[in-house]
Amino acid sequence: MDAILLQTLNGLDKGSAYALIALGLTLIFGTLGVVNFAHGALFMIGAFCAVTVSRILNLSYETVDPTKTDFLGNPLKVKTPYLEGWFGPEFGGALIDWSVPLAIIFAIPIMVFVGFAMERGLIKHFYKRPHADQILVTFGLAIVLQEVVKYFYGANPIPTPAPDALKGSADLGVLIGLDPNAVIYPVWRLVYFGFAALIVGAVFAFLQFTTFGMVVRAGMADRETVGLLGINIDRRFTIMFGIAAAVAGLAGVMYTPINSPNYHMGMDFLVLSFVVVVVGGMGSLPGAVLAGFLLGILESFASMNEVKSILPGIDQIIIYMVAIIILLTRPRGLMGRKGVMED
Amino acid sequence: MSKSTLTRRGVLKTGAVAGATLATPTIFTAGSAAAYTNEPTGSTVKFGFNVPQTGPYAEEGLDELRAQELAIEHINGMGDGGALNTFTSKALGGDGVLGKKVEFVTGDTQTKSDAARASAKSMIEKDGVVMINGGSSSGVAIAVQGLCQEAGIIFMAGLTHSNDTTGKDRKANGFRHFFNAYMSAAALAPVLNKEYGSDRRAYHLTADYTWGWSQQESIAAATEAMGWQTVNNVLTPLAATDFSSYIAPVLNSGADVLVLNHYGGNMVNSLTNAIQFGLRDKQVNGKNFEIVVPLYSELMAAGAGENIKGVYGSMNWNWQLTDEGTKAFVQSFGQKYGRPPSNSAQTCYAQTILYADAAARAGSFNPCAIAEALEGFEFDGLGNGPTLYRADDHQCFKDVLVMKGRDNPTSQYDTLELVEKTPVAQVTYDANHAMFGGDAATLGTCNAGA
Repeated sequence: MDAILLQTLNGLDKGSAYALIALGLTLIFGTLGVVNFAHGALFMIGAFCAVTVSRILNLSYETVDPTKTDFLGNPLKVKTPYLEGWFGPEFGGALIDWSVPLAIIFAIPIMVFVGFAMERGLIKHFYKRPHADQILVTFGLAIVLQEVVKYFYGANPIPTPAPDALKGSADLGVLIGLDPNAVIYPVWRLVYFGFAALIVGAVFAFLQFTTFGMVVRAGMADRETVGLLGINIDRRFTIMFGIAAAVAGLAGVMYTPINSPNYHMGMDFLVLSFVVVVVGGMGSLPGAVLAGFLLGILESFASMNEVKSILPGIDQIIIYMVAIIILLTRPRGLMGRKGVMED
Repeated sequence: MSKSTLTRRGVLKTGAVAGATLATPTIFTAGSAAAYTNEPTGSTVKFGFNVPQTGPYAEEGLDELRAQELAIEHINGMGDGGALNTFTSKALGGDGVLGKKVEFVTGDTQTKSDAARASAKSMIEKDGVVMINGGSSSGVAIAVQGLCQEAGIIFMAGLTHSNDTTGKDRKANGFRHFFNAYMSAAALAPVLNKEYGSDRRAYHLTADYTWGWSQQESIAAATEAMGWQTVNNVLTPLAATDFSSYIAPVLNSGADVLVLNHYGGNMVNSLTNAIQFGLRDKQVNGKNFEIVVPLYSELMAAGAGENIKGVYGSMNWNWQLTDEGTKAFVQSFGQKYGRPPSNSAQTCYAQTILYADAAARAGSFNPCAIAEALEGFEFDGLGNGPTLYRADDHQCFKDVLVMKGRDNPTSQYDTLELVEKTPVAQVTYDANHAMFGGDAATLGTCNAGA
């Protein structure tokens, strides 16, 4: 029981990241018809927004401590963040401690701008080209972006911890009447799940309850007719590209305390996210979210020792097995629409 | 009266065969003792540094390259001489090797066996290198070692920790300065016994490839020998990034120690995830829950950040050692690059110096002469104290370091503290030890190539 609860939570948490990335991917596909292999790089850039904010907040001045020496035997240079000097150790330290949540404010405009630049600067030239061309150019772009990040930040993972108040773990078992310590779960992972639910809800609400969203949905259903009504649907779709980039970027920002970010993290998620989109149904937003959580949960259960003892190595192939089964039984995916990617 | 068998046709045939034999370059003739692959003929000799320049271990590869470049400077008589000043062998005079200036070319292993073999092959065939040095993976080391054996080139492995490199996959043309999984376990176990006691239940998470299996087998054997129980060993995919679903079962497994047989990004993520799940705050079986990372590197420690505090592991070498060889190397490296060297950098530096020194002592770049000079070679002054390159398996033997994540680091480089320098006698084993291929493991015959 405890193990099942824990793996369900793990699955929801993994599914949160898959769902957020897949949501943006399928949003771009549904609006612009582009298969964007650079979407994982947007997740990575979001994570490095958090790293950048953390570095900015940690900008320091040096003082010499004559009582200590560095590795060369010279007097040790001690670094003190400017923020602590200006606002005192408590408030300055708190600002630094909360760098990841603060990075959300920084990341939103950056990611929207990156999304616009990517779409206007490169991807728009490939709208009428075959999907294979789109895949090649966006995959190439992803490699360029990750090499740029590696050039400036190096290849080593960079620790970017959660605020002290949100570190550690919570005893969830006690809340539902189980023994103490039966179900312990990291607080930040719960925050991540809540954040993902909030972002998914916000995107759906935006598309469902705003005039802009209504036009976008109409454009997704019949682009030509919306255009004939005198609406500049291309402009709206470009904005949706920016929103999709921001969603991926925010997923990356909040992921940094879970695993130290490195330049390759986008690629680690990219293939899985594409599987999520295909399983959910190309262009289907609810499908992407459903498939994200479903595959996250299945992946977690496949990692259980009880399962691995019967089916060794199942944890490495479960997602692809499920994808094959679903595509054989439901070729359009769980919630795919007729006519999408079928011409 | 004897009958002559000499005929015009016979003379022509014999002449043709003799002419062809004489015209054949000596490099292709088996009987030519001086011929070997890439014998240098000009005023320079070229070394090949095969390190990860892209991929997850690119930072480690960069540090290896820095150290190798520094070693070349010292061999050619530039800079402050570094550890050449403290090295007990004085065969190198600071004017290159055997009257030739040393140059180098680099290759990118990408931490992939096929890419590493391709770059090594290119350096051997196109650049004409006489040796290959470096790397950051056991899979890569074993693959490149096999290639160098076939090509007739000396291979000095870089950061490779699997028992197999100088165990079942040992080769006559290959040498390893780095320590191995058995040595890590032999050094760590007594410290763990002292710190955590002999009544412990360990849960292992193991990277599912040659190094992970080797490390797990070694540390499980060493800890079980002192009374620990191994509760479970779970193999994790090398490509895994989120270890939460592997960590969660540890919570209620009855284990009170988690052993992470992971390296690089795997280790950074699995340790971070374990700390997030509050493992180090738990009490199990009336004891504090502990985490052990058998193999440390400075770059991994930096990646794991504060999660590494108080966690025990082992290292081949560390810049905090106080022997004269270490001090000379750290001073030289630090002055040039503004940072202390990593243990993989020190390994590659020492290996470059040792290869050059062996060539100088042998009076030749012939790989078999160099192998003979390195076999059974005892020296001091390059770090870790007295050191032996054992002839039986080409494994280097020296003191091993037990480290712990520092509680209060004073700088970004001060992440680990030295707990114990385990004497070499405690980590020495027989060359035909079962974990190293047993009696079936042999070096084979040295190949001079050509």
